[in-house]
Amino acid sequence: MADTAAASPKVRRSWKDVDLRAVAPFVALALLLILGAFANPNFISIDNLLNVITRSAFIAIIAVGATFVISAGGLDLSVGSMVAFVASLTIMFMNSGALADPMMTLVAAMVLALAIGAACGLANGLITTVGRIEPFIATLGTMGIYRGLTTWLSQGGAITLRSPDVQSLYRPVYFGEIFGVPFPIIAIFITGALAAFVLYRTRYGRHVLAVGSNEDVARYSGIPVNRVRTITYVIQGLCVAVACLLYIPRLGSTSATTGLMWELQAITAVVVGGTALRGGVGRIWGTICGAFILEIVGNIMLLSNFVSEYLIGAIQGAIIIIAMLVQRSLVRKS
Amino acid sequence: MRKAILGLTAVAMAALMGVASAQDKKVTIGVSIPAADHGWTAGVVYHAERVAKLLMAEHPGLNVIVKTSPDAASQANAVQDLATQGIDALVILPSDPDPLVNAIKEVKGKGKFVALVDRAPSTNDDSVRDIYIAGNNPALGEVAGKYIKENTPDAQVVVIRGLPIPIDQQRQDGFDKGIEGSNVKILDRQFGNWNRDDAFKVMQDYLTKYPKIDVVWCQDDDMAVGVLQAIEQAKRTDIQYVVAGAGSKDMVKKVMDGDKLIPVDVLYPPAMIGTAMQLTASNFYDQVPVSGTYILDATLVTKENAESFYFPDSPF
Repeated sequence: MADTAAASPKVRRSWKDVDLRAVAPFVALALLLILGAFANPNFISIDNLLNVITRSAFIAIIAVGATFVISAGGLDLSVGSMVAFVASLTIMFMNSGALADPMMTLVAAMVLALAIGAACGLANGLITTVGRIEPFIATLGTMGIYRGLTTWLSQGGAITLRSPDVQSLYRPVYFGEIFGVPFPIIAIFITGALAAFVLYRTRYGRHVLAVGSNEDVARYSGIPVNRVRTITYVIQGLCVAVACLLYIPRLGSTSATTGLMWELQAITAVVVGGTALRGGVGRIWGTICGAFILEIVGNIMLLSNFVSEYLIGAIQGAIIIIAMLVQRSLVRKS
Repeated sequence: MRKAILGLTAVAMAALMGVASAQDKKVTIGVSIPAADHGWTAGVVYHAERVAKLLMAEHPGLNVIVKTSPDAASQANAVQDLATQGIDALVILPSDPDPLVNAIKEVKGKGKFVALVDRAPSTNDDSVRDIYIAGNNPALGEVAGKYIKENTPDAQVVVIRGLPIPIDQQRQDGFDKGIEGSNVKILDRQFGNWNRDDAFKVMQDYLTKYPKIDVVWCQDDDMAVGVLQAIEQAKRTDIQYVVAGAGSKDMVKKVMDGDKLIPVDVLYPPAMIGTAMQLTASNFYDQVPVSGTYILDATLVTKENAESFYFPDSPF
């Protein structure tokens, strides 16, 4: 008797310990999965779910980077253009035939992609911090620059990976599987785990959140605000580069429209995942869940027979708002 | 009297010179096109520059100036710039026809020859242009539909549309007309936004949704890239072929090489800018009547004729 009395408040306390805000996106995801199963029985098949999660990899990984930028109080609108730019340069390097051996070419190209991504991110970071330009405007500018350079490099057409050797070597990076799990899904979770470690377990991660919640307090506490912010953009650039590494083998080509509007999808994933746009809070796993939600919404629309193709945009918007409302109501109850 | 005689001789001489040196007649043609922002416009730029070189080599007195502009506002400025450079004719593929109509009318009002390409403003008559040249959007759909009807009369077809704009609807209506009276069944129509990645997603979902698909009509060569990749990944063998369109070098090459999945392509050629430039030059050099409206066929590119539509150096 006494035991149960003692235990029940403990249980209640442990329930309170669970941050409902962090759980909410997963609840929304579960609801969507149920909705999807009703819409079309094929939806819940392993093949379909693997397809959908695999193709959400680009947005998920980019959005992980965006979680750093946004939780430090910044914003990066250039990521979609950056995908096109980094991927185009990487393909052009592989086409140049600088290295004879296909394996060496591929490894060098991957290193190059990461370096270009980091450099693009660094440029964004320095313009916002050293240049003291609002991130919205600074990255709107670089968005135009990266997109324009891509269009120029491709002369408006497509940049296609030519060497069949490199192509067949590279193809498994998107289409390959390890123990039945497609490689891009593994990439999502590795990126997520690394990012979660950095954000939650390192001093740098705490600095990011401190800068995002109150810049002045962070500065008075001796945190190098500009450096912390700049590095978030570099992390974003690296994430974009990782997304590119997965993107290139899928179609083996880029065009001037590659990555169009991906910045908005990434930001939506971050917000649906429970990270506040004003900064100070970062939820890596929530962000990844948000990216899944976005992709699954599109997938359900296509698989269901009862939505006119003209209405898909409207229903997608409505589902995202409903998912957010579900989250809010859970939070209020807590 | 002396003045009159002098004048007459001058006129006669001018006429004589005109006949004698028709080849060397000084003519300047201004060509205003959108900047290359996707595959098709990149093709337009390529062909405009290619035909400009051809024409100038053919007519020593001819000067062709090609200007590209990223949007309607800067294209309006480009047209004004061309007009002040003293052009005799304007060939224009407007990025957005209605906002540009006044700029075009101003050139036309000065008595210059105007050739309008592909995109027509709401009032498309001889107050705006002398010739109008365009591809045939309804026929692009109809040719694809007819091909499917003739080759696979009982096919189950999935359709990937472009963007919800009028020319997409015209292509859909044409397609429906093409398959009329056959057992061809359309399983689904969804938008792929003329984008490779979106088409890949839509095709993946079609493959999940329908256990048996015979034919894919995706209307556009860029989208076909994504469609082919999705089919390959799913390792599905039920799909007999894919019909795309526009005439990009990659797809025309596949047709030439006899690719089983891409047996044909339907033409909506960016080279139509070249047709307009040739006709404009003819107006000045060949004394043939050219005014009017020209609608180019949506030619079916097959293995037999593919070579004449293949431009390996074009970006598109």
